[in-house]
Amino acid sequence: MSTTAPPPVAPPAASTAPTPPVVNAAIRAALGARRPEHRPGALSHAVTFAWRALIKIRHAPEQLFDVVVTPVMFTLLFTYIFGGALEGSPRTYLQFLLPGVLVQTVTFTTIYTGFTLNTDLSKGIFDRFRSMPLWLPAPIVGAMLGDTIRYTISSIIVFVIGFVLGYRPEAGLGSIVAALALLNVYAFGIGWLFTTFALLVKTPSTVMTLSWLVLMPLTFASNIYVSPDTMPGWLQAFVGVNPVALVTTAIRQTLDGEATMAAIGWALLAPAVVTAICAPLAMALYRRER
Amino acid sequence: MDPSAPLAIEAVGLVKCFGDTRAVDGLDLRVQAGTIYGMLGPNGAGKTTTVRLLATLLRPDAGKATVLGYDLAQEPEEIRRRISLTGQFATVDEDLTGAENLILLGRLLGLPKPKERAAELLGAFDLGETAKRQVKTYSGGQRRRLDVAASLLYTPDLLFLDEPTTGLDPRSRGEVWEIIRLLVAEGTTVLLTTQYLEEADQLAGRIVVVDHGRVIAEGTSAELKASVGTGVLRVRLDDADDRDRARALLAEAAGVTIHEEADPRALMAQVSDPDLAARALAALTAAGVGVSDFSLGQPSLDEVFFALTGHPADAATADAPPTR
Repeated sequence: MSTTAPPPVAPPAASTAPTPPVVNAAIRAALGARRPEHRPGALSHAVTFAWRALIKIRHAPEQLFDVVVTPVMFTLLFTYIFGGALEGSPRTYLQFLLPGVLVQTVTFTTIYTGFTLNTDLSKGIFDRFRSMPLWLPAPIVGAMLGDTIRYTISSIIVFVIGFVLGYRPEAGLGSIVAALALLNVYAFGIGWLFTTFALLVKTPSTVMTLSWLVLMPLTFASNIYVSPDTMPGWLQAFVGVNPVALVTTAIRQTLDGEATMAAIGWALLAPAVVTAICAPLAMALYRRER
Repeated sequence: MDPSAPLAIEAVGLVKCFGDTRAVDGLDLRVQAGTIYGMLGPNGAGKTTTVRLLATLLRPDAGKATVLGYDLAQEPEEIRRRISLTGQFATVDEDLTGAENLILLGRLLGLPKPKERAAELLGAFDLGETAKRQVKTYSGGQRRRLDVAASLLYTPDLLFLDEPTTGLDPRSRGEVWEIIRLLVAEGTTVLLTTQYLEEADQLAGRIVVVDHGRVIAEGTSAELKASVGTGVLRVRLDDADDRDRARALLAEAAGVTIHEEADPRALMAQVSDPDLAARALAALTAAGVGVSDFSLGQPSLDEVFFALTGHPADAATADAPPTR
């Protein structure tokens, strides 16, 4: 996808005072363009919508504020609050915590997908999209592709603050790239859940509330902050199947250079299941009239 | 209407309900290709819902329609390839610039050179200087011109314009009218909804008047006006207490039914003959009823409505369907 700016637009040929005859000549010249024979495919439509998401970020970079600030806050808070008590020192704890904070940050960022989509769908431009010959899921898939830029930015910020505090991945730079890729695939998959919420409910704040209700227990009843060894048995059982915990395990292993196919498979199972169920559901809801 | 000419839209018995509200209630429509067809009605009459049905955004609960020869239920994709929609609420992206909007849509439509085409249209629609500004900073007229330009990235066979000039100042309104006329000269069919009789009168070859989701009249502008009467006399009195007396005097002098308007000092009557109107006014003066204001003019949409339905136009707004 291209993030390049559109070229400067030529100044108008018409004078600034649009007396109808001037308008007429210029407009008449601009009319009569024929429908192109070649129609863009599904992928091209999705990429164009991802481009739309990116230029929206460029026009309002402040919308990345939470993507930037939240990871910094979480990393600092958890490292210094729990570090001494749990592992003897913040630095030692950070080595355990950082992969978990990555997952937590990206997981929370996926809510944004639903929130933005819900706001977007109520706008008149979607009437135009829906009256155009487009690949139907393109606006949604494109927006979700565009969101991977958020996941990547917030992940990189976690890594940077981690490095400043002394975190070092066992397996070096390559493992960071692999972890980023895994996180993006995971986030894209579970993003379908919040996309479905966005299409199901009326207001963005309801999307927010619903999403937190799902994510808070998943995030805290996990292995992100502590090893589940000291948890009661029933909670350990939950952590064992918690998708957030599974992806945390896979990310830890990846950064330690010990990733097994099994761990990655388990980590991607929930995103795959969510996609299989929610993507068709989201499409049906999107096709539904509004 | 020439019965042999091809129809761009042929709808029979369209029905669309939102909950208990029958927003479109058995609507028939025949729009000849290459013409401007006006759909006139107050808020909540079902105009927007009809446009959304025909533009494939909604599915009818009953009825059939063919748009550009394609079946609405069976071939929506073929229809989408050939139509454009400029909706009542800005169908452009407010967060993007004017140029980005047109480039985005041009790419989606597969134009060979979307950037060049965007620049060309922006220049033609006198938006060149605002091309790099976000649409949310545009004036109402600029936004509407961009919205129309966005529908013309390639020339559609059929253009839906849902209240294209609502809220525009007179100059911007005139510009939009010019654009619509030029477009039809290129062979495009335009279905235009409006609340303004004057707009339908200025642009449309044929006009359909809708109320409560049904067609209540159809014809050329001249035919519709003939059914209403050619003129409307409005009188505003100095004193509201004189209204009953004035009403009787006017009815006697003009020989027509006199209607009371919402304004407690105002009366209205359909009078086709200016001499008759003058005599009626003279009768008021002779009887010592003070007149602060009077006019004799074309019937407004309200009066068309009153004549056709027996109730004022704004009574229909109470049950406006949700627009989302």
